[in-house]
Amino acid sequence: MLKFSKINILITTLLSIIVIFFTISNFTEFEDEFVNKKINLGLDLQGGSYLLLKIDNDPVIVKELQNKAISLKNVLKENNISVLNIRVTDDKKILLSINKKDADKLNQLFNDKNGIVNPYFDQFKSFQFEIANQEGNFEIFFSKYGLVQLKTSSLDQAIEIVRRRVDEVGTNEPNILKRGNDRILVELPGLDDPMRIKNLLGKTANLSFRFVTQTNEETFGAEELEFEDGSEVVNVSKRIIVSGENLIDAQPRMDNQTNETVVTFDFDRVGAKRFGRATTKGVGKRLAIVLDGKVISAPVIQEAIVAGSGQISGDFTFQSATDLALLLRSGALPAPLEIIEERTVGPGLGQDSIKSGLSALLIGFILVITFMLIKYRVFGIIANATLILNLFFLVGILTLFEATLTLPGIAGIILTVGMAVDANVLIFERIKEEIKNEKNQIIAFDAGYNKSRNAVLDANITTLIAAIILFFLGSGPIKGFAVTLGIGIFTTLFSVYFIARLFTSIYVIRNKNKEQLI
Amino acid sequence: MIQNLNFNKYYKLFNIISVVLVILSIISILFKGLNYGVDFKGGTLIELRINDNQTTISNLRSAFNNMNLGDVAIKNFGNDNDYLIKFVKKDRDKNLIQNIKKDLQSSIGPVFEFRRVESVGPKVSAELLNKGLIAIAASLGAMLFYIWIRFEWQFSLGAIIALFHDVILTIGIFSLFNIEINLSIVAALLTIVGYSMNDTVVIFDRVRENLKKHISIKIFELTNISINETLSRTIITSATTLLALLSIFIFGGEILKGFSLAMILGVIFGTYSSIYIANPTLVYLKVSYKTVVKEDK
Repeated sequence: MLKFSKINILITTLLSIIVIFFTISNFTEFEDEFVNKKINLGLDLQGGSYLLLKIDNDPVIVKELQNKAISLKNVLKENNISVLNIRVTDDKKILLSINKKDADKLNQLFNDKNGIVNPYFDQFKSFQFEIANQEGNFEIFFSKYGLVQLKTSSLDQAIEIVRRRVDEVGTNEPNILKRGNDRILVELPGLDDPMRIKNLLGKTANLSFRFVTQTNEETFGAEELEFEDGSEVVNVSKRIIVSGENLIDAQPRMDNQTNETVVTFDFDRVGAKRFGRATTKGVGKRLAIVLDGKVISAPVIQEAIVAGSGQISGDFTFQSATDLALLLRSGALPAPLEIIEERTVGPGLGQDSIKSGLSALLIGFILVITFMLIKYRVFGIIANATLILNLFFLVGILTLFEATLTLPGIAGIILTVGMAVDANVLIFERIKEEIKNEKNQIIAFDAGYNKSRNAVLDANITTLIAAIILFFLGSGPIKGFAVTLGIGIFTTLFSVYFIARLFTSIYVIRNKNKEQLI
Repeated sequence: MIQNLNFNKYYKLFNIISVVLVILSIISILFKGLNYGVDFKGGTLIELRINDNQTTISNLRSAFNNMNLGDVAIKNFGNDNDYLIKFVKKDRDKNLIQNIKKDLQSSIGPVFEFRRVESVGPKVSAELLNKGLIAIAASLGAMLFYIWIRFEWQFSLGAIIALFHDVILTIGIFSLFNIEINLSIVAALLTIVGYSMNDTVVIFDRVRENLKKHISIKIFELTNISINETLSRTIITSATTLLALLSIFIFGGEILKGFSLAMILGVIFGTYSSIYIANPTLVYLKVSYKTVVKEDK
C-alpha cells in the first residue's frame, strides 16, 4: 500500500493543481469561457424569488369539449346520424343522444384509427377520446392519454408565454422550467419583491373586442359583464370581432389631446380587416374591450377604423398601461395560472447567510484541524493537509460543474470537514494496533491501510446512500446539501487514498528506523 | 490510551433506558404531535427585521391581529430585531404579501424589511410531507438492503434497531420540545441514518474480524473487545463531527439551527446506539464464530 508509481504521483499532482485552479477561479475573472467558471449561488444565498405555478386546465378541457361537440354535430350530420341532443356536462363529458339504430355507426367512427373524429396517438397506443354507451345515450370524454396530450400542449404554450412575460420585465437570468405535466417553476435571482411578476403571471390576458348589445337582458348570444373598475355593467355580445391573437404590437403611450395614458395596439392583416369591417358597420355602437371577462372600456365608435391600429383608454397609470401592453404583446395564457408555492429571500438575508455560513465553515475547520493536530502531531499535519486539499477538490469540482451552492450546501461542506477525517482516523488507529505486534514499521503501516479498508468503504458508502436519496427526493436548497455531501465523500476517499497515503509513505519511508512513528 | 472498559456490564441497564426513551418518544410523537413548519403544513412564513428600537413584539402582534389572517404566531428569530411570523390562511389571495406590507406600513411605519417570505399551498405541502416520508423510508430501506448484502442477518437486525432508535429519539426530542420540523430536518434525519449506520458498521466490521480471530471467546466478551478496539476512532470521529456541527449550530445562522441541532442529537444517539443497541443485539441473537464462517463459504 505504501508503494507509489511515478505516474500515480504525477496524476495526483496534476489533479490537485486543476482543482486548486478552479477553486481560485471563483474569485477572479478570466477571458476564456472554458476556464472562467464559478459556483452558482442558490436563491437562498444571493436572494431572489422561487415561484411554482400550476395551470388550471379545467377551462381548457371544457373549451376543447365544446369545440368537439360543435364539430361532432357536423360530422354526425354528414354521416346521416341524427343527433337528438348534445351538450357538455359539468363533469367534463359530452353527453350525446342519438337513435339506437345509429349506435354501431357512432362506435365505428370513434374506433377508426385513421379517422378524424377520434385521433389515435400511436406513441401512446390510445385514442384521444373514450366513448361509453349508456342506453342510447353516449358519454364522450378524454382518455387518459388524451388528457396527457392536452396538458402537455397547454403546458408548452403556457411556459412560452410565461417566458415572454418574464423576459419583458427584464429580470436577471431567470430560470423557467417545466415541473410534471401541469406546473411551471420560475426562479428569479436577485428579485426581492416578486409582486409585479406575480401580477403579470396571474393574468390570463384573454383580450377580445365585442359589441355592446342594445337589449338589457342576458340572452343566448350575449352576457353581462362588469367594468374592471366596477363602475358599470353592460350586456356584451358573445360574438368576438377580433381577439388578442390578432395583435402584433401594443405599447403604452401618452395621448396628446387628453393627456391620458393609453395603450396603443396594431392588428395583423386579418385582424385589421375584421376590425375595419365591424367598425364600418357599427358606427354609433359601443365597442367593448374585454380582458379576462372584465370590460376595460366600451367607447362609442365615432368612425370606421380601417388602419388596423387603435388605442385603449381606461384610467391607466403609466405602470398599469405598461403592464397591460406587456400582457397583450406576450399573448394569452391557454389557462389561468395559480401560484402554489413561493419562496423569496431578500438580498440582506442572503448576504448574512453567506457570512454566517462561511464563518461557521472557517471556525469548524479550525476546530477540527486543531483537534487533529493535538491528537496525532505529525500525522495530524498529514491529515490536515489532506483535509485542506480535500476542500480544494470539493470546491474545485463544484466549480467545474458550475453547481449551485445553497446554505444547506455550505452545511454539507462543514459536515464533510468533520466526517472526512474519519477515514484517516480509521487508518491511523489501525496502524497503531498493527505496530503493537509488528516491529517493521513499513509492514505495520501497510497492514494498517489494508485492514482498515473495509471499514472505511462501509462507513462512506452508508453516508453516500443517504446523500443519493436526498439528491433525488430533496428539493431546492436541500439538493445543494446532498450534492456537497455526496461529492465530499468521493473527494474524501480520493484525498485519503491518494494524497494522505502519499504523504504518509514519504514520511514513513524516510523515518522507518525511528521509534514510535505514530 | 483508554482500553478495556467494561461496556458490556451495562448492556441491560442501557437497553432498558433506551426502551423507555423510545416509548416516551413514540408517546410524545403520537399524542403531542410534531410542530410542522410551512413546508409541511402549508401557510405563510415571513422573516421580518425591524430597523428601529420603538417597535416591540406586542406592537407587531396587534398589527398582525388586525389584518384578519387567522391564528398568527410571532416570535423572535435569533435577535431582538428579527421576527418570524407564521400563519395559515385558507383563502389564497395573490396580493396577500403586498397587502400585509401596506397594512404594516400604516400601523408601525416604514421601519421594517421583509427578509424572507415563504408561502406554500396545501397541495404542495402535502406533497412535500409525502416526499419527505418517502425519503426517510427509502433511506432506511436502502440501508437495510446494504447491510443485508454486506453482513449476516443478526448484524443487519442489530444495525436496523439502532437506526430506528436514533431516528425515533431525534424526532421524539423535536416533538417534546416543540421544535419545528421542516425540509432541512428531513435532510438531517437522512444524514443521521447514514451516520448511525456508518458508526455501527465500523464496530461490526471489527466484531466480524474478531469472531474469526478469537474462536473461543464468547460474543458477550467479544463485542466488548471490539468496542474497545474501535473506541479511539469512535471518540475522535464523533468529536470532529460534533465540532463541525457545533460550529454550524453556533455560528451558522438562525436558518441552520434546527438542522444542526437534529444532527448533533443524531450523532450523539448514533454513537451511543452503536455501542449499546447494536452490539447487545448480537449478544441476544447468540452470534458466534459459526454465524460468520458459514456465510462466508
